[in-house]
Amino acid sequence: MAQVTLTINDRKVTVDEKSTVLDAARQLNVKIPTLCHLNLHDLKINHTNASCRICMVEIDGRRNLAPSCATPVVEGMVIRTHTKRVLKSRRKVLELLVSDHPFDCLNCYKSTDCELQTLVNEFGINKNTYEGFAMSQYPVDESSKAIRRDLTKCIMCRRCETVCNNVQTVGVLTGYKRGFEAVVAPAEMKGIVDTKCTYCGQCVAVCPTAALTGISYIQDVWNAIFDDKKTVIVQTAPAIRVAIGEEFGMQPGEIVTGKLVAGLRRMGFDSVFDTNFGADLTIMEESAELIERVVKNKDLPILTSCCPGWINFLEYQFPDLLNIPSTCKSPQQMFGAIAKSYYAEKIGKKPEEIVVVSIMPCIAKKYEASRPEFAPNNVPDVDFALTTRELAKMFKEAGLDLNDLPEEQFDSPLGESTGAADIFASSGGVLEAALRTAYEKMTGKKLDKVDFVSVRGMEGVKEVTIDIGGTPLNFAITSGLGNARIVLEKIRSGESKYHGIEIMACPGGCINGGGQPFIHGDSSIIEKRMNAIYKEDSGKKLRKSHDNPSIQKLYKEYLGEPLGHKSHELLHTEYYKKHGS
Amino acid sequence: MEKFNPEPKIKTLPDELYKKLDSYIDDLSVDRKDPRKKGNLIQVLHKAQGIFGYLPEEVQVHIANRLFLHHSEVSGVISFYNYFTTTPKGKYCVSVCMGTACYVKGAEKILNEFEKMLNIKAGEVTEDLKFSIDALRCVGACGLAPVVLINDKVYGRVKLQDVKKIVEEYLVATESEKKE
Amino acid sequence: MAKKINSYDDLMNYFKEKEPLIRNRIDLTDKNQKRQILVCGGTGCHASESKLLVENLIKLIKDKGLSDKVSASQTGCFGFCEKGPIVKVFPDDVFYIEVKPTDADEIINRHIIENKVIERLLYEEPSIKKKVETQQEMSFYKKQERIALRNCGIIDPETIDEYIANKGYQALGKALTAMDQDGVITLLIESGLRGRGGGGFPTGVKWSLAKKNNVPEKFIICNADEGDPGAFMDRSIMEGDPNAVLEAMAIGGYAIGASKGYIYIRAEYPLAIERLQIAINQSREMGFLGKNILGTGFDFDVELKYGAGAFVCGEETALIHSIEGMRGEPTTKPPFPANSGLWEKPTIVNNVETYANIPPIILNGAQWYNSKGDVKSKGTKVFALAGQINNVGLVEVPMGTTLREIIYEIGGGIRDGLEFKSVQTGGPSGGCITKEHLDTPITYENLISIGSMMGSGGMIVMSEKDCMVNIAKFYLEFTVDESCGKCTPCRVGNKRLLEILTKITNGNGTMEDLAELKELSEVIKDTSLCGLGQTAPNPVLSTLQYFWDEYVAHVVDKKCPAGVCQKLVKYEINAKCIGCTACARVCPVECITGSVKQPHVIQQDKCIKCGACYTKCKFNAIDKN
Ligand SMILES: Cc1cc2nc3c(=O)[nH]c(=O)nc-3n(C[C@H](O)[C@H](O)[C@H](O)COP(=O)(O)O)c2cc1C
Ligand code: SF4
Ligand code: SF4
Ligand code: SF4
Ligand code: SF4
Ligand code: SF4
Ligand code: SF4
Ligand code: SF4
Ligand code: SF4
Ligand code: FES
Ligand code: FES
Ligand code: FES
Repeated sequence: MAQVTLTINDRKVTVDEKSTVLDAARQLNVKIPTLCHLNLHDLKINHTNASCRICMVEIDGRRNLAPSCATPVVEGMVIRTHTKRVLKSRRKVLELLVSDHPFDCLNCYKSTDCELQTLVNEFGINKNTYEGFAMSQYPVDESSKAIRRDLTKCIMCRRCETVCNNVQTVGVLTGYKRGFEAVVAPAEMKGIVDTKCTYCGQCVAVCPTAALTGISYIQDVWNAIFDDKKTVIVQTAPAIRVAIGEEFGMQPGEIVTGKLVAGLRRMGFDSVFDTNFGADLTIMEESAELIERVVKNKDLPILTSCCPGWINFLEYQFPDLLNIPSTCKSPQQMFGAIAKSYYAEKIGKKPEEIVVVSIMPCIAKKYEASRPEFAPNNVPDVDFALTTRELAKMFKEAGLDLNDLPEEQFDSPLGESTGAADIFASSGGVLEAALRTAYEKMTGKKLDKVDFVSVRGMEGVKEVTIDIGGTPLNFAITSGLGNARIVLEKIRSGESKYHGIEIMACPGGCINGGGQPFIHGDSSIIEKRMNAIYKEDSGKKLRKSHDNPSIQKLYKEYLGEPLGHKSHELLHTEYYKKHGS
Repeated sequence: MEKFNPEPKIKTLPDELYKKLDSYIDDLSVDRKDPRKKGNLIQVLHKAQGIFGYLPEEVQVHIANRLFLHHSEVSGVISFYNYFTTTPKGKYCVSVCMGTACYVKGAEKILNEFEKMLNIKAGEVTEDLKFSIDALRCVGACGLAPVVLINDKVYGRVKLQDVKKIVEEYLVATESEKKE
Repeated sequence: MAKKINSYDDLMNYFKEKEPLIRNRIDLTDKNQKRQILVCGGTGCHASESKLLVENLIKLIKDKGLSDKVSASQTGCFGFCEKGPIVKVFPDDVFYIEVKPTDADEIINRHIIENKVIERLLYEEPSIKKKVETQQEMSFYKKQERIALRNCGIIDPETIDEYIANKGYQALGKALTAMDQDGVITLLIESGLRGRGGGGFPTGVKWSLAKKNNVPEKFIICNADEGDPGAFMDRSIMEGDPNAVLEAMAIGGYAIGASKGYIYIRAEYPLAIERLQIAINQSREMGFLGKNILGTGFDFDVELKYGAGAFVCGEETALIHSIEGMRGEPTTKPPFPANSGLWEKPTIVNNVETYANIPPIILNGAQWYNSKGDVKSKGTKVFALAGQINNVGLVEVPMGTTLREIIYEIGGGIRDGLEFKSVQTGGPSGGCITKEHLDTPITYENLISIGSMMGSGGMIVMSEKDCMVNIAKFYLEFTVDESCGKCTPCRVGNKRLLEILTKITNGNGTMEDLAELKELSEVIKDTSLCGLGQTAPNPVLSTLQYFWDEYVAHVVDKKCPAGVCQKLVKYEINAKCIGCTACARVCPVECITGSVKQPHVIQQDKCIKCGACYTKCKFNAIDKN
C-alpha cells in the first residue's frame, strides 16, 4: 500500500495511505483520547461514527478542528494534538457529556472500568459546569435476566448499535428520536425482553460506560454461599481461566486455572467443578449425533448448539431451521442437569438443596439458565450464571487476589476434563473437539495427530474439508452472528454443502464473550487469550473427550450410551419459534 | 420463512386499510436480497400514514415484515422525522406555522390562543379526536404570515381574534355531521 | 399523446411551432394580439383562492364566447406574495394585486371588454404615492434581474409546451449534441456559478470531481428540502418552473455520467410536488427524460423522494441517508458525496436554484453569466424578504447588491415607520447584521466576514420591536429542535446554549452566563460534526457582538428593552386610570386591587405577566416596561 508522510506535533511519521490521523498519532505514541471510536482490526469491527468529538485535533489549513479518528491522512498534513484550542474544546465536550450524565460513579457498576470516568479523571473535571440544566431521564431496563440498560449513562457513542446491527446483524438496537432526546434503544423504547435480543452481550462488551451491563447475581450467590442449608457448587467455563487474570493486573493470556480453583474454594463453594466436564459430555453426545446424521444422511448440516446466544438468534430469526442444530444442551446446562441428578444422588441430596453457580464468559448464559425447559419441576439446573467480571469483583470483595493464591485442583468427579474441552472457548474448538472423538468412533482407529489447525483462528467464516476414514466431510466454522447469518442463508437457500457447522455468537468465540474483562478496544487481547487456550489444551495428557475417565464412568454408572434414553432426558433439548421486535 | 419480526399480536386496524397498503407495497416488488431495499422505507411510511392516519406499532411491524427490515429500523426512522406520528391526530389538525417570518409576526400568541381555545397543548389531540394542534416550521407562505393550516386549508394573516372564528367554523362542521 | 421529440432539430422545429404561445408575454410591443390573463398559482396566492379565480375567469371567457380574444391561465410566483393573489394581463402589461375570485367579472367586463384598467386593483407605489399599472414602475421590481426566476410569472408551469416556447430543453439539446462532458463542466466553471444551497461551492468544480470517478453508476440529486424557515425561493422555482430543474439535472447527468436523478423534496410542499410530477410525466412523454434522449443515446430519468420533516436532511450526507431509508444523520466528510454518496456511488447534490441557473448559462455562455454580479460571487441570487418590512416577498438581484438597496428600495423600508434594527440572513445558520453594515455588497465572502452567511437566501428584517436576545433564542430553539443528536457539541452544547439564553430572558442570567455563551458557542462551532452544529451558534455570537448592550440590559438591569421577554416585562397602572375595574376582572391571578372609580394597583409580586390587563384597558392606563 502506498505510504504518506505527515507531521504530528513537529514529528514526521510515515503511514499507509488508508490510515487515519489517529492511527498515525498512535504510531508515534501520541495519545489522543477517544470515546466513540472502536476499531477491532482482528475481528473486522470498525465503528467510525465520529460523534463524540473528543479526539479533535488541529490540522493546518482547516477552518475547524478535525476528528482524528475519522480523518484520513493526506501527504504533507500538519497536525497538532494538544494546543490550547484543542484542549479547551476537548474539555468543553467532556463537560457537556458530564452535564447530561448522572454524577453516580460511587454506586456505578462500571466504576474504575469506565472509559468516560477515566477521561473525566484525566481532565480533572470535578463539577457539573451546567448544574441545574436538563438531564435525560429514562427508567432502567431490567426486564430481562441478562442485560441491564441504564440510558441515563449512555453517551451516544453508538458502538452498541453498530455491533448489534452490523456485526451481529441481530437488529435490536436503533437510534431513537433525535436531538437532545435521542437515545439508543430497541424499537419504540421497548424493554429488551420484548425484542429478539440474543443476549450475546457484545453490546455490553463494547459499551464504554455503564449504560449497558449484565444483570448482576453477585448478591444472590453470596446469599447462597452463606446459606447453611444449601450445597453450593460452582462450575467454571473454559474461557475464564485465560481471561480473569487480567482483572488482577496480569498479562492477557495468562493461564490461572489452579489459582482460580483456589480462589473459588476460598470463597466458600462446597465443591469447585469444571464446565469442561460438561464440554466433554457435550462432545460425547454431539459427535454421536454427527455420526448418526452423516450415516443416515439426514438433517445435515448439523449445527453445534453449545452457544445460547446463537440458539436465541436461530429461534427468533431462522425458525424454519429449528430442526438442524444438534439437540445437545450446552455444556453449562449439561453440567447442571448432571449435577442435580447423578451428582445429587451421589451425595444424597435433593436437587433443590443444591445450588449450581456457573462462571461464564457470557451474558447469554444468564438467560439460558433461566429457560423454563431447563428447570424440571421448577428447579433450575443452573441457579446463577456469573460473568468473569462478576467473579473478579467477588474475589476482590472477599479480599482474594489471584496473584497471591496457590494452584489447586478441581474437585471430583465433575471437575475432570480433557484438552478437547478447553478449546471450546475459542472459535473452531467445539468442532475440533468433536472431530477428535468422531474420527475415532467412525474409523475405529486411533487419531495420532489431534490438532486440526485449519479450524482455528479469528477468521469469521472458515471452511474446511476433513477426510475421515476416506469420507471427505465439509465443515464451516463461524463466529459472530453476522457470519452465522451468511451460512444460515446458504442452508435456507439449499446452497449449503456442509456436513457440520460450528457457530459461536461472539466474534472469536467465548474468549471474546460479553462477560469477559473489557478489552477497551485492544483486540490483540483476544488473540492472546486464544493462544493461551491452545496452550492449555496442548499441555494436557488427555485431549479427547471420550478419554475422560469420569465421563466414561458416568456413562457406565448412569447414562448408558450417548443418545440413549437417559441422555435424551437429561442432555438434550428442543427449540422454539419466538417473536420479538 | 423470511419474516423475522413479531407478528402483531392483534391487528386492530381495519383489514381493508392493510390491503390498500399491501397493494402499494406489492407494486414496489421489494426483493429481500436487494441491498438497497431500505430505500423504499420512507415512501412506504408516507403512504401508510396517509392510509391509517398514524403509524402505531402494529403498522410498523407489518411494514417491517413486508420490506424485510427489522422493527427497530422502522421505529428508528419514524421517531427521527417530525412528519411521522405514532399517535392518532385529530380530524382537524391545526398547524400553526412557527417559522421565522411567522414568529416575528406573532405566531406564538396565535398558537397559545388555539391551545387555550381547545384546551390542549401543541402535539396533543382533544379527547373526542376532533382537533389536534401542531407547531410547524415554515410552510412556504411567509408572505401571508402568520399562517395557520387546518388540514390542508391555509389561513393567512391570522389575527388573535380570528382564532375563535376559525375554531367555530369547524365546530359547526362537526355538529352538522353529527346530525346527518 | 404528446409528440415525441427525437432529435435536436425536432426540438427546434417544435420550438418554432410553440413559440407564439407566449410571444405576447415577452414581446409587449404588439398591443393588438390576443390577450392573456395570467394568475399567480404559487403557494401564497393559491392559499388566497387564486385557483378559483382562474376557474372563474375561464368559465366567464367561455360563457361570453371570448375564447379567441382572451385566455386565462395560471403561472408561477411573481414574488410579491404578500399582495397576492397577483394577476397580470398581457400584452397590456397591467399588474393587479389582491384579486379575489369574485373580481373575475370585473376583469373580464371592464378590462377585457371595455378596455379599462381597474384602478381599485392596482398597486400604490409608496415612493410616489400613486397607483401604477406596470411592474416596471414598482420599486419592488426595478432592481431585480430574473435568471433563476425567469419563467415565474411568464409561463404556465403545468404545460411543458410553454416551457419549450421559452427555449426550454434547448440547453440540454445543445449540451448533448454540441458539447462533450468536459465542455459542459468547463463552461460551468468559467461561468463562476456557485452553489445556492448555502455553501457557495463552485458547481462546475463539484461536477468535475464526480466525473473523475470512473464507475458505471453515479447519481444526480436535487436538494429541494428548503428547510430554512422563512425561505421559499426553491419552492417558487419548483412551482413556477419545474422543467428547468429537470433539464438542468439531465445536463448534470450527462456531464458527470449519471443516468439517474432524485429530487429530495419536503413533504410540506404538496403543490411543488404536484407540479414536478406533472413536469416529469410530460417530459418523459416527450422524451426529455428516459432512454435515448433526443436520439443521442443518453439515458436519464428522475424520481421524487419525499422528506419527512427534518431540517438536517438538507445537509447533503443526511439527505443521502434519508433517500437510503435511514435516519437523516450526517456523516463526516471526507468522503465527499462526489466520491462516495448515494449507495456509496459518486453523487452530485445541488440546490434547486443552482440548477435553475444552469440552462441559461449553457445557452448564453459562460461570459454572459460571469459578467453579472461581483468579483467572486457571480450572477444573481434570490432572497426571501420577510419580517418587519413593507414589501414581503421573493426578489432576485445581482450579487453585489447592497443590503440597503434590498431593504429600502426593493423592500420599501421598515413597516409602520419603525426603526430598523437588524437583518438576519442565512436563517438559523446565519447572523444578525446591523445598521453599519447595510452598505455591504452581498457576496458569500462579505456576509461571512460580518458574522453571517448567505445560507439559502432567507432575509428577515427586524425593528426596534424585536428583542435580539429573544431572536437568538428563537433560532437556538429551532436548531435544538432540529439537531439530529449524533454529536456531543450539537446535541448537548446547543441545548445548553438555549438553556442559558432562556435563563437570561427569564431574568436569571449572570455576566458569567454571557462569557459562557461565547466560549461554548466557539467550541460548538469548532467541533460539531456537520454544518448544522457548526453554524448554530452564529445567531448567538453575532447578537452578542452587535447587541451586547441588550444582553447586559437583560442580565444586569433585568429589563428587555424591546419589551418582548415576558418575564422581564413589568405592568404598572399610571395616572390615566379611571377605575373602570375591567383589568381587575380579567386578571387570571386576581392581583389587581382598587375600588370602582378609584385608581387601581397591580401587586407586582403576584403578577404572572400575562398581559391580559394591558390588552383590556381602554384608557392607556397600563404601562408595559
Ligand atoms: C443543516 C443544513 C441544512 C441545509 N439545508 C439545505 C437546503 O434546505 N437546501 C439546500 O439546497 N442546501 C442545504 N444545505 C446545503 C447542502 O448540504 C449542500 O451543500 C447543498 O445542497 C449543495 O448544493 P449547492 O452546491 O448547489 O449549493 C444545508 C446544509 C446544512 C448543513
Ligand atoms: S458510567 Fe462511568 S462515569 Fe458514569 S457513573 Fe458509571 S463509572 Fe461514573
Ligand atoms: S473518589 Fe471521591 S467521591 Fe469517590 S469515594 Fe473517593 S472521596 Fe468519595
Ligand atoms: S446482547 Fe447482542 S443481540 Fe442483544 S442487543 Fe446486545 S448486541 Fe444486540
Ligand atoms: S449504550 Fe453504551 S455503547 Fe451504546 S451508545 Fe450508549 S454508551 Fe455507547
Ligand atoms: S460465543 Fe460464548 S460467550 Fe458468546 S454468547 Fe456464545 S457461549 Fe456466550
Ligand atoms: S452537528 Fe448537530 S445535526 Fe450535525 S451531526 Fe452533530 S448533532 Fe447532528
Ligand atoms: S382597565 Fe385601565 S382604566 Fe380600568 S381600572 Fe384597569 S387600569 Fe384603570
Ligand atoms: S399582567 Fe396578567 S397577571 Fe399581571 S396584573 Fe395584568 S392580568 Fe394580572
Ligand atoms: S473518538 Fe473521534 S469523534 Fe469520537
Ligand atoms: S415562516 Fe410561516 S410560512 Fe414561512
Ligand atoms: S405566490 Fe403569488 S406572488 Fe408569490
